[in-house]
Amino acid sequence: MNIMVNGESMAWQPGMKVRDILNIRNYTFKMLVIKVNGTLVKRAQWDSYRIPEHAEVSVIHLISGG
Amino acid sequence: MQAIKDQFFSRHNPRFIPILRHARIGIAGAGGLGSNVAVTLVRTGIGALVIADFDRVEASNLNRQQFFLSQLGEAKVDALKSNLEKIHPFTLLEMHQIRINEENVVPIFGQCDILIEAFDTAESKEMLIETWCSAFPKKPIIVGSGLAGVGNNNALKTRQSGTLYICGDETTQLQGRISPMAPRVGIVANMQANCALEILFKGIQ
Repeated sequence: MNIMVNGESMAWQPGMKVRDILNIRNYTFKMLVIKVNGTLVKRAQWDSYRIPEHAEVSVIHLISGG
Repeated sequence: MQAIKDQFFSRHNPRFIPILRHARIGIAGAGGLGSNVAVTLVRTGIGALVIADFDRVEASNLNRQQFFLSQLGEAKVDALKSNLEKIHPFTLLEMHQIRINEENVVPIFGQCDILIEAFDTAESKEMLIETWCSAFPKKPIIVGSGLAGVGNNNALKTRQSGTLYICGDETTQLQGRISPMAPRVGIVANMQANCALEILFKGIQ
């Protein structure tokens, strides 16, 4: 079973949370926005939000400057 | 003035005009991104813009933002309104001199069809995206991320995830001697404006 993270395939595990993806992929960037199947998952839910099988996940880096 | 207005719109695809004129676009921030997005969208003849910024014009802003030397010290929203009105009077401008936070995003921008994020700090970008996407899961938000430095034109791109659009290289950080400069800031601002038009005109030929 796999999920897609920023267009790349990644192994899915039962009970997987948003935080697990960040840890496994080593996303340490301070400001991020996460979308799972097009729905925004707020920072406060990163430890609890379960990733469904076959999910399409976008991890977006927010960078200062404007 | 009606003759000027007719001429102004005479080169547009006639099918675009009613959509353009009924569109109301929010711009959160009137700095490097926001002031440039506003100028471009007014040039298109967009119906209405809602623009919010708390800041005042400083000399350091003149290197990339749509302000003039004579406007130093003025509220950015007042200076920008006056500059936009010099282009033409056919866009309704609603300006708010206020710092945007979780509480006022919906009251200020709630009537907008699309929101353009034009803040400076990553923290405020995240706040705006979380607040907007929670309040309006179906309304688009167009964010600028990664626009500092010079060169590397081809790294600038637009990525879509649901209703969230990100314009920029998503990589270049402000640090050391890498600062936001007029060309890349202007390119990303115009990518955001272009993306907004693409969303508005989707399916219309």
